[in-house]
Amino acid sequence: MSKATDTQSDTDTSGVIESVSGPVVTARDLDARMNDVVYVGEEGLMGEAIEIEGNITTIQVYEETSGVAPGEPVVNTGEPLSVDLGPGILDAIYDGVQRPLDVLETKMGSPFLDRGVDAPGIDLDTKWEFEPEVSEGDIVEPGDVIGVVEETVTIDHKVMVPPDFEGGEVVSIEAGSFDVTEAVAELDNGEEVTMRQEWPVRKPRPSVEKKTPRTPLISGQRILDGLFPIAKGGTAAIPGPFGSGKTVTQHQLAKYADADIIVYVGCGERGNEMTEVIEDFPELEDPKTGNPLMARTSLIANTSNMPVAARESCIYTGITIAEFYRDMGYDVALMADSTSRWAEAMREISSRLEEMPGEEGYPAYLAARLSQFYERAGYFENINGTEGSVSAIGAVSPPGGDFSEPVTQNTLRIVKTFWALDADLAERRHFPSINWNESYSLYREQLDPWFKENVTDDWDEIRQWAIDILDEETELQEIVQLVGKDALPEDQQLTLEVARYLREGYLQQNAFHPVDTFCPPKKTYLILTATKTFHDEAFDALDAGVPVEEVQSVESVPQINRIGVQEDYEAYVETLKEDITEEIRGLY
Amino acid sequence: MKEYQTITEISGPLVYAEVDEPIGYDEMVEIETPAGETLRGQVLESSDGVVAIQVFEGTSGIDRNASVRFLGETLKLPVTEDLLGRVMDGSGQPIDDGPEIVPDERRDIIGAAINPYSREYPEEFIQTGVSAIDGMNTLVRGQKLPIFSASGLPHNNLALQIARQATVPEDDEEGGSEFAVVFGAMGITQEEANEFMQDFERTGALERSVVFMNLADDPAVERTVTPRLALTTAEYLAFDKDYHVLVILTDMTNYCEALREIGAAREEVPGRRGYPGYMYTDLAQLYERAGRIQGRAGSVTQIPILTMPGDDDTHPIPDLTGYITEGQIYIDRALNSQGIQPPINPLPSLSRLMDDGIGEGLTREDHSDVANQMYAAYAEGENLRDLVNIVGREALSERDNKYLDFADLFEANFIQQGYDTNRSIEETLSIGWELLSTLPKSELNRVDEEFIEKYYVEEDAETAEVTAD
Repeated sequence: MSKATDTQSDTDTSGVIESVSGPVVTARDLDARMNDVVYVGEEGLMGEAIEIEGNITTIQVYEETSGVAPGEPVVNTGEPLSVDLGPGILDAIYDGVQRPLDVLETKMGSPFLDRGVDAPGIDLDTKWEFEPEVSEGDIVEPGDVIGVVEETVTIDHKVMVPPDFEGGEVVSIEAGSFDVTEAVAELDNGEEVTMRQEWPVRKPRPSVEKKTPRTPLISGQRILDGLFPIAKGGTAAIPGPFGSGKTVTQHQLAKYADADIIVYVGCGERGNEMTEVIEDFPELEDPKTGNPLMARTSLIANTSNMPVAARESCIYTGITIAEFYRDMGYDVALMADSTSRWAEAMREISSRLEEMPGEEGYPAYLAARLSQFYERAGYFENINGTEGSVSAIGAVSPPGGDFSEPVTQNTLRIVKTFWALDADLAERRHFPSINWNESYSLYREQLDPWFKENVTDDWDEIRQWAIDILDEETELQEIVQLVGKDALPEDQQLTLEVARYLREGYLQQNAFHPVDTFCPPKKTYLILTATKTFHDEAFDALDAGVPVEEVQSVESVPQINRIGVQEDYEAYVETLKEDITEEIRGLY
Repeated sequence: MKEYQTITEISGPLVYAEVDEPIGYDEMVEIETPAGETLRGQVLESSDGVVAIQVFEGTSGIDRNASVRFLGETLKLPVTEDLLGRVMDGSGQPIDDGPEIVPDERRDIIGAAINPYSREYPEEFIQTGVSAIDGMNTLVRGQKLPIFSASGLPHNNLALQIARQATVPEDDEEGGSEFAVVFGAMGITQEEANEFMQDFERTGALERSVVFMNLADDPAVERTVTPRLALTTAEYLAFDKDYHVLVILTDMTNYCEALREIGAAREEVPGRRGYPGYMYTDLAQLYERAGRIQGRAGSVTQIPILTMPGDDDTHPIPDLTGYITEGQIYIDRALNSQGIQPPINPLPSLSRLMDDGIGEGLTREDHSDVANQMYAAYAEGENLRDLVNIVGREALSERDNKYLDFADLFEANFIQQGYDTNRSIEETLSIGWELLSTLPKSELNRVDEEFIEKYYVEEDAETAEVTAD
């Protein structure tokens, strides 16, 4: 947060604490607007005004409040909760209110998070090499790009005129080395453009219009790209009980999704998991550029034991950062793990405020907050004429794995892609344990043209074939549960066999295998064609009178399950198809 | 220090008192009853003029004339290495007639969150000697892995077995940091407590243990403090004194009941099943106090034990726990009644940190594949059992029968081992291969071909004949 730099001890706006109850503090005589950032108590703990009633202002405090007593001062900054936007956001790790965790470690001199320590979101002293893209005399509007700096090896950071400027003629601009607070350009109306902008987190950044997304966000996960794709600028929810693989799926997306920028928000999750991300990402390669993955990533880590109010704000911090890079014309993917923890933070604060609860104790505004968040995603035409997107993928952790609870239900009403994680599949070690019967993607049709153009003409046909087989399997399994597999007619037994290969070779994917972890769409397609070859040949053989046992014991068929781990998959699939055809035709 | 005789309301574990000075949130309080007894408590809510105090020992005996003293600081625990070998009550007072504890330092028991940036990712395999854990749901240093159990199941035996046997194979050779156990008991019965203490004494483990005992008849409110004392001690031993600390907390269900009791007394808006809405945050503040820190030699590994009311893992306590901890170990009633020791059901069990703690150089290169294959095979066998009940074994194919046999063998040879058997990871994996070798090679689709070559136990013609005779 930048507020540390301009704290004003203006006695007119400061008040005194009246009561303290966990993260909720009330203050008397504080002259504050809603959502102003305030500093609470002798230690100056950061908080935000969330309710004003007469002379009493209620504040949610982003830090631990043990020992804070009534009578201590509260100082208003007069500014809403904002993030610092500028070069230095990528490759950084923040807490929920954009304090860089590495800086906090140095400042606190301890591995434990102390209180009352503040740090700006981007380093104020780093010098960046600024390259102008406009010249003196050019007219610039709000949002326009006036130059670039190389933020990381992967990403050129576009320096833009802030959206709340008036704009005008550039009177001075030059290349050189600047820190983020120095003016890189001056306009004729006296406005000075610096690399650093501030933006209030709860307010969406402006855009011209939201468009229909038509490009898929390729994730390298077969079941997602193949059956339930998400668009660039789309929204998705991943609900699932604990242990069903939400976090692994989110990590896979963060690693392999073909977005330009990844914003990963660890909201109320495990400390060790965030550490894994912090340790892994700098070492992993961005599949798109070969550079370190962190060069395109910004991490927000507000673990479950960090203050609950900061958990409430971390989602907003994340989406604001995402919008900033969208404004530069980038495709941004935001992962929020988990939105349930966010909703619970709202519930906790709400109950401390003694608000009238809605369903299951959640505040009545839960649905509104969730939809406001997901609506900030989309494929946008920016105010500077570029196009950019924010895709939002939220994990949901329904209590007891019951999808009828309020957070899941309210999320499903908004998002267009639903990846339902399933505990039964996870127990059978079917990973990713996404249930293909329950999941859906409403983007399928609008993305098909892209797949047809870029991957293969029959993308939608073969997908439908696979879905039909899997549907049929689900029905047949019910019968099998009653009478056993051998009681089924031969053709149905064969369908089950084909479906088994679809499940094992296509739907299952090993996130921990170096090759299988990322599956390009072409490979996703080829696995289906190999399975379909088996299907077609096998049914021909059956028609020709070959007993189903013989068809099932064809030796080359189980190799379908090994396509995933092949590096040279095209040749492998080619050979495999020939082998399958040859062997089965040899039976009759 | 000012004394007040201004109590206005006493309700359940809470006392409200009027004050004329600012009192800090979470500050410690002493209340002296007219009978001369001193009770301790903590400020739950502080506002101008009135504070709400939760009294650890319960409010019985307090009247409106009782005097209230505010100590001006939050609850602190004196910590020292000399705590090892000591037994304390649930609020940290020694009950073992030992010498007075001379503290090195007094630590705030709330504990600050570890900066995720300063953590070190846990990836050192802990060998517990229990196949169902080591082989299928490996525990690593710095992990928090709860045991999900229920009334009448032998979770204590398993916890004791782990406490006795846990080692890190490499460290044994190199003579690494020392190992210590911190035991936090919340609302367990005297008998259970005796069982733990006797085992600690019998095996000599007490010397390297610190015990905090809140028994079933001790005040419920005190239970909210006990795990924090245990974890504060653990953090001190781990991060200041370089111990590898295993923290056993039992029973988390009693802890959550205490939270609910306080919430109800404060007339808070309840969440699911009457538990407070902040229970997730509260539990996280306990469970997240596990881990490793860069540049510190020690570690805190947690094994909390909870009993699921009605064996229901969607109950808020196991549910919220599962979302915070890095996996869970299920104790299974059916396996227990079959006499399997320890009755761990690996199917719903999970260790999230397993993948990084096993494999070449850590355990063995084939570990992950073997575990995955056994999972899949056991799950398939389990599924088929339902079917057998309906159609009978004869109606099943040969393949299905192999899986049924596998499931039986898996329970009898792999999970079953007894509470006193300590199996090395090599033994665990070779039992695994013996079992997997009852399946045809073509079924082992989760195992790398190279490992099948190396470890698959070919059915030897001779042995086959011998058994045939």
